[in-house]
Amino acid sequence: MEQIKTSDVLYEEFFRKDGDKKITHYCPGCGHGTIQKMIAQAIEDLGIQDRVVFLSPVGCSVFSYYYFDTGNIQCSHGRAPAVGTAFKRVHEDSIVISYQGDGDLAGIGTAEIIHAANRGENMSVFFINNATYGMTGGQMAPTTLLEEKTLTSPFGRDRKRDGAPIKMAEMIATLDEPVLVSRVAVSSTKEMLKTKKMIYKALKNQVDNLGFSFVEILSACPTSWHVSPVEARVHIDETLSTVFPLGTFVDKADTVLPYGPSLFPFLSGEDFLVAIVEGGELAECEQAPLKDELAIMVAGFGGQGVLSGGVSLANAAIAHQLQVSWLPSYGPEMRGGKASVTVVMSPDEVSSPLAEDIDCLIALNSPSLTAYEHMVKPSGTILVNSSLIDHEPERDDVTVHHVPASDLAKEAGLPQATALVMISAYIHYSQVLTIDSLIESLHLGLKKKSLIGKNRELILKTVEILVSK
Amino acid sequence: MHKRLMKGNDAAVYGALMGGCTHFFGYPITPASEIAQTASYYFRKTGRTYLQGESEVSVINMLYGASSGGARVMTASSGPGIALMAEGLSYLAGARLPAVVIDMQRAGPGLGNIWPEQGDYAMVVKGGGQGNYKNIVLAPASAQEMFDFTKQAFTLAERYRMTVFILGDAYLGQVMESVEISGELEQSERKDWALYGDKESRRNLITSIYMSPSDMEAHNELLQRQYAKVEREIVDYSETDTDDASLIFITYGIVSRICHGAVKRLRELGLKVGMLRLKTLFPFPKERLKELARKKITFVAVELSNGQMAEDVRLSVDGLTKVLSFNRMGGEVMKSQDLVAFATEYLKG
Ligand SMILES: Cc1ncc(C[n+]2csc(CCOP(=O)(O)OP(=O)(O)O)c2C)c(N)n1
Ligand code: SF4
Repeated sequence: MEQIKTSDVLYEEFFRKDGDKKITHYCPGCGHGTIQKMIAQAIEDLGIQDRVVFLSPVGCSVFSYYYFDTGNIQCSHGRAPAVGTAFKRVHEDSIVISYQGDGDLAGIGTAEIIHAANRGENMSVFFINNATYGMTGGQMAPTTLLEEKTLTSPFGRDRKRDGAPIKMAEMIATLDEPVLVSRVAVSSTKEMLKTKKMIYKALKNQVDNLGFSFVEILSACPTSWHVSPVEARVHIDETLSTVFPLGTFVDKADTVLPYGPSLFPFLSGEDFLVAIVEGGELAECEQAPLKDELAIMVAGFGGQGVLSGGVSLANAAIAHQLQVSWLPSYGPEMRGGKASVTVVMSPDEVSSPLAEDIDCLIALNSPSLTAYEHMVKPSGTILVNSSLIDHEPERDDVTVHHVPASDLAKEAGLPQATALVMISAYIHYSQVLTIDSLIESLHLGLKKKSLIGKNRELILKTVEILVSK
Repeated sequence: MHKRLMKGNDAAVYGALMGGCTHFFGYPITPASEIAQTASYYFRKTGRTYLQGESEVSVINMLYGASSGGARVMTASSGPGIALMAEGLSYLAGARLPAVVIDMQRAGPGLGNIWPEQGDYAMVVKGGGQGNYKNIVLAPASAQEMFDFTKQAFTLAERYRMTVFILGDAYLGQVMESVEISGELEQSERKDWALYGDKESRRNLITSIYMSPSDMEAHNELLQRQYAKVEREIVDYSETDTDDASLIFITYGIVSRICHGAVKRLRELGLKVGMLRLKTLFPFPKERLKELARKKITFVAVELSNGQMAEDVRLSVDGLTKVLSFNRMGGEVMKSQDLVAFATEYLKG
C-alpha cells in the first residue's frame, strides 16, 4: 500500500469517527481503504475537492464521510444513483461520486443503477465487488461465486437455486448511454496501477461533462473470505478475475459530445407568469342573479363535447362572478364511451361538487336520460337532445325542453359541439347566465382555437332558432 | 392575480411553481398522474426540472438527493406509490431534509381501485416508515386549496426541515374549480446545512446514521422537539356552526364538502349540528377538540376509511365525550342526505 500517497482530500484526523481518530474502521487488507485512497488522489490531481459530493452507500463503506473532506451524503441501501441523479440536476457543476458495494448495487439497487446508467447521468460510479455482504457479516451476495460457502449459503452457492454470479459491468455495457464501463482489480501492483488510472478517467469524464462512467473494482474482503490479506489478493487474481474478467467494455470518451446548456432558460418574474398562465383572460360580466346553488348535469357519450362544453359553461358562470365546480364522470366509467359532467354554480362557496340531486339534466342520448332523470329535483328541468332521443322523460314534475342538438351541430360541421348547443339552450331558457359570457369563454375551453368562430356561430344560430320557436 | 378554472391536480402544480419548487420527480399512478403530466410540461417550460424516475423508490431518493442540494423538491403519487416510498421518507426525516409529497388517495388495500378513499391516513399521518418520525400533513378540500396548500407546503417544509404531505383524494384531483394564482413567486434561499458542490458547503454532511445510542437518542429528541414546535405553531382547522351545536361532524378533505351540505340542511331542519374541518392532520387540533368535548357535544368522525382519523379524535378527547364513526370505503362516498338522516335519528331518537 506504500505506493499510494495519502491525499489531502482525506481528513488527517477522522473527527466524525468514534474511538481512534487516526485509523480507518476497515479491516486489515480490506480493499475499501486502498480504493478510497486512490479516489482521493484522483480528486486531488484533478483539483476538484470543493466540487465533489461523495455518496456513501449502506455497506462497509457507509462511513466514507469519516475520511473524505468533501461534500457527503449518506444514502439508503442501493439508491445512491437516484440520489446522485437528482443532486446533479440541482448542481450541474458538482462532481458526484457514487461508491457502492455489490449487495448495494447488484442486489437491492439494480433498478437505480441500470436506469441512472441508461439516462447517461453525468456521474462516476465505483462499484466495489467483494463477492459478499461484508457489513452484515458475510452473507451471500449476487456476486458470490458458485459453490462458495457464506453465512446464508452454508452448503455453498447452488446455481440451480441461487443463480450464477451477476456480471454488472457486462450488463451495463449493453446500454447505449454509458461513456466508460470497465472492470479492474485491487490485487497485484500491476492491476492497482490500472485501477488508479481507471478511477482518474471516470472522474475526468465527469469533469469534461461526458456522461456516465462505471468502474467495477474487484476488491478483497479478507474477513468474510476467512483468509489473510495476502491470500485475499491472490484469490482475486486467481479466482475472482476468472469469473469476472478484467477489461474495458465501453470507452467512448473520445467520441461523445459534452453536455450542452438546457434548452429552456430559468424563468422568473413576468416571463414566468406569462409562461404558466396560458389561454387568455377570463370574461367579466355582471354578477348573476343567483340566490342558491344550482347543479347542472351534462350527460352523453364521448365525442359530443360533454367535458369541454361543461368547461365553457363553468367559465361563463365564473365570468358572472359565481363560484363553480366541475366534476366529470371518472375513470373506468369513461372507458365505456359514456361521458358526463356535473357543474355546480353558487353565489358563494360551492358546498359539494358531488351533487346528489340536480336542477337541470342535459341529456344528450337516450341512456343518459334513463340513467339520470331520477336525479332531477321536483320542478327542475330536463333538456332533451331530440335528434337522438325519441322518447319522453318519465318524470311529469319537471319542465322539459327539446333541442335538435346533434342535427344543429352536424349541420355546422361540429359534432363535437353537440353539448355546447344544449348548453346554449340551457342558458337561453334559464336566464341565469348570458349567451355573451358563454361566447366570451369559448377560448378557455376549446383546444383548437381556430374553431372559436364556428362555435360562436353555432351558439348564435341555436339561440335564433329557439327564439323563433 | 390570475384566475383560472382548473383541476385540483393542475392547481397543485401551479401552487408548487409559485411556491418556488424547482425539481419535480414523478412516477405515474392514477389518480395522481395528471400532476406529473402537468409538471412535466410547466416545469420544463419554465426552466425547472421534471424527471421521471424508474419507480417510487427511486423517486423518493431523488427527492433526498435534490433536497440535499438545497432545492425545493416534490413528487405526487397515490397509496401504492407512497407505500413504496416509506423507507425514503424515513431517511428524509432522519436527515432532516425538506420535501413535499402529494398523496391523491385511491381505494385499497392492494391494487384496490382508483376511486377516492382516505385509507392512507394512518400511513401518512403516523409517518409510514421506520423510526420515530412525523410528517406535516395538510388536507385541502378544494382546487383552490390544492394550490394554496401546495404553495405553502414548501415554506413549511423548509422552516421545519420536514416532509410536508398534501393528503388529497381522487375527486379533489379531478374537480375543476376557479383558482386564483396569487401571491409572490417564492424562492428558496441558501441553507447553511445543504450541499452546493462548493468550498463553503464542503464540510456539510447529510446523514441519518448515529452510531452511538446516546447520539441517536439525542437526535430523536431533537426531532420530537421539532414536532412539538410544529404542534404549537401551525395547527389549522375551520369550524361551522359549532357554537351551540349538540352534534359535530369531524372531517377533512373532500368529505368536509359533503358535511358542509349536510350541516346546511340540518340547520334548515332546526337541528343543532355543526362541523369541524381539519386542515392539518399532523398537527392534529387536539386542544380544540378537547375544549369542545368538555361541552359534552357528540362527535361524529366522518371519513372514507375504516375509522383511522376517528382514532385520533378519540385520543384527543380522552373519553370526555362520545365519538361516533361514519365511514364509507372502497371508493363509495357518503351522501349528505345520509348524514342528515344519521344526525336526525341520533338527535331525535
Ligand atoms: C433496506 C435495507 N436492507 C438491508 C439492509 C442491511 N444491510 C446493510 S449493509 C448490507 C449489505 C452490504 O453489502 P455490500 O453492498 O456488498 O457492501 P460491503 O459491506 O460488502 O462493502 C445489507 C444487506 C439495510 N441497511 N437496508
Ligand atoms: S468486512 Fe470485508 S469489506 Fe468490510 S471492512 Fe472488513 S474486509 Fe472490508
